[in-house]
Amino acid sequence: MSDTVTPRSRRARHAKSPLRSPGGPSRGGPAAGTAGRPASLWNDAWHDLRRRPLFIAAAVLIGVILLMAAVPQLFTSVDPYDATSCRLGDARQAPSAAHWFGTDNQGCDTLARTVYGARNSLLVGLSTTVVTVLVGGLLGLVAGFRGGLPDALLSRVTEIFFAIPSVLGALLILAVFRTGTVWTVMLALAVLAWPMTFRIMRAAVITAKGQDYVVAARALGASGRRLMFRHILPNAITSVIVVATVNLGVFIAAEAGLSFLGVGIQSPEISWGLMIADARPRFLEAASPLLFPAAFLSLTVLAFIMLGDAVRDALDPKLR
Amino acid sequence: MAATGDAILEVRDLVKHFPLTQGVLVRKQIGAIKAVDGVSFDLRRGETLGIVGESGCGKSTLAKLLMGLERPTRGSVRINGREIAGARGAELKQVRRNIQLVMQDPYTSLNPRMTVGDIVGEPYEIHPEAAPRGDRRRRVQALLELVGLNPDHINRYPHQFSGGQRQRIGIARGLALQPEIIVCDEPVSALDVSIQAQVINLLARLQRDLGLSYVFIAHDLSVVRHISDRVGVMYLGKLVELGRDSEIYGQPAHPYTQALLSAVPVPNPEGRARRERIVLQGDPPSPADPPSGCRFRTRCWKAQDVCAQQEPPLQLRPGTWHESACHFPQVHQVIRAF
Repeated sequence: MSDTVTPRSRRARHAKSPLRSPGGPSRGGPAAGTAGRPASLWNDAWHDLRRRPLFIAAAVLIGVILLMAAVPQLFTSVDPYDATSCRLGDARQAPSAAHWFGTDNQGCDTLARTVYGARNSLLVGLSTTVVTVLVGGLLGLVAGFRGGLPDALLSRVTEIFFAIPSVLGALLILAVFRTGTVWTVMLALAVLAWPMTFRIMRAAVITAKGQDYVVAARALGASGRRLMFRHILPNAITSVIVVATVNLGVFIAAEAGLSFLGVGIQSPEISWGLMIADARPRFLEAASPLLFPAAFLSLTVLAFIMLGDAVRDALDPKLR
Repeated sequence: MAATGDAILEVRDLVKHFPLTQGVLVRKQIGAIKAVDGVSFDLRRGETLGIVGESGCGKSTLAKLLMGLERPTRGSVRINGREIAGARGAELKQVRRNIQLVMQDPYTSLNPRMTVGDIVGEPYEIHPEAAPRGDRRRRVQALLELVGLNPDHINRYPHQFSGGQRQRIGIARGLALQPEIIVCDEPVSALDVSIQAQVINLLARLQRDLGLSYVFIAHDLSVVRHISDRVGVMYLGKLVELGRDSEIYGQPAHPYTQALLSAVPVPNPEGRARRERIVLQGDPPSPADPPSGCRFRTRCWKAQDVCAQQEPPLQLRPGTWHESACHFPQVHQVIRAF
């Protein structure tokens, strides 16, 4: 093939370019239109993310919460796991200079408990989300792409899981382990939640699979793995990302529900769910032991949803 | 467009039946859509073969069969003597380097999440032996320039281009492996008329410069005439007439071809008066249950008993210089000074 340009093509190009310079460098678009470094979807997405206020806000929030989970001592001098830090005489105090968030029914400092509770809540939420996305997403990708028998089998299996009422199912699974820890709660939630991710992924993959660009790649001789991971996955992942970020909050709340039922994480462990459950009966007398962990839970969920939104937009070149 | 004599693509008795199944648990075949039913032709080196026909006549299935994207029920497709119809795995991948596809819709045929550089360069990733790694970017830019795009736009995404430019990207992708044959499946029917001409001229120039052979599938008769050396007319999964473009357009022998030509819009109002309009009755029969004998007989004004009993093969017939599949071929000029 000749690499030289015939005069005709040169003319054609120059005649065209002023007519419709395609899009122009898109708003905030990274290096769009310049031929410097090779661009890729993930590079461009990262470049784009760093300029998004939504992403920066979400990242700062998540950073603070993660720091809280990793090194709670930075945020409070009180150790709530030390029983001597609570004085029953101080129970249900309103927020004050000594106890910024007030105290709970046991006279423990709500601020300290909220800070220390971040670790368990976040562990449950994040690990369950990661496991459901990996398991449900991968199986959904394979089932949607391969179709036929693998798809039929996996779909029937998920239907069985859909038929189990989630609270009852989690109770059953956790009853087997007797002690509720972060990991058993994660397992119970993941087992019941992966079919939803599977379904969403499968549907998105089936839609993407029929697109012309997949046929074009097949005509070039692309392998099944290339089709799945290079062409179908990037076009199917967005709905999973959105659902996963919403689910993260649902999982943290579900952990609270399980703790309330006595099968989740148990005292003396601390989690936001447990705190909310503990404070609920005397909410009218002392609102702060419920409101503060609930506010942190909401903020965490909000931060992850914002992160998911920003990532989804960054992965779509049209929205950049 | 100098076509040399040797056939680069040989298609023989190509058949594709899509099974019609019934039942949820136990699937049983109750019939078949006969999308392509016995098509044979040769494509010579450097030649453009136009395939025309109405919607549903099996044009696109034919394109997929040529590309090895569908497995034929019967028949063979040979590229330079190598069979693609039964090839699998590495062998199929190897044969595919020689035949590439330009698709109809430039808006869905490019992955929206890949840059133009990645799209045009993907053939090199799939066939790493085609170009050394360090040279790929330069080659992609050369390809973009070859199809009349700015090579500096390599990092842009498809949505930043217009329809005609996107079709050029699709053509550049098809050219990357330096194939000898390009199958164009309605390459311009999704574009504006003004852009159509640009893309058609680009294809013609590339053919001249690179010695490509085209199978050009379209339903627009004037576009096909503009670019083709020879034209095949399809009806219900079969070729009914095959000949040089001047023969098909100037001396059509098959009644279906004549009816098809008579439906071409004539831009000149005076020309309209001189044109004969043949209006066919009814719709094309279902490809699941095609008529016996000649498939066109249900709508043909010349049909006789023999048409229902015997299927007319595509062959040279008395009174014409090209092949047709009709028991009663008669050269009839539909459009004067077309």
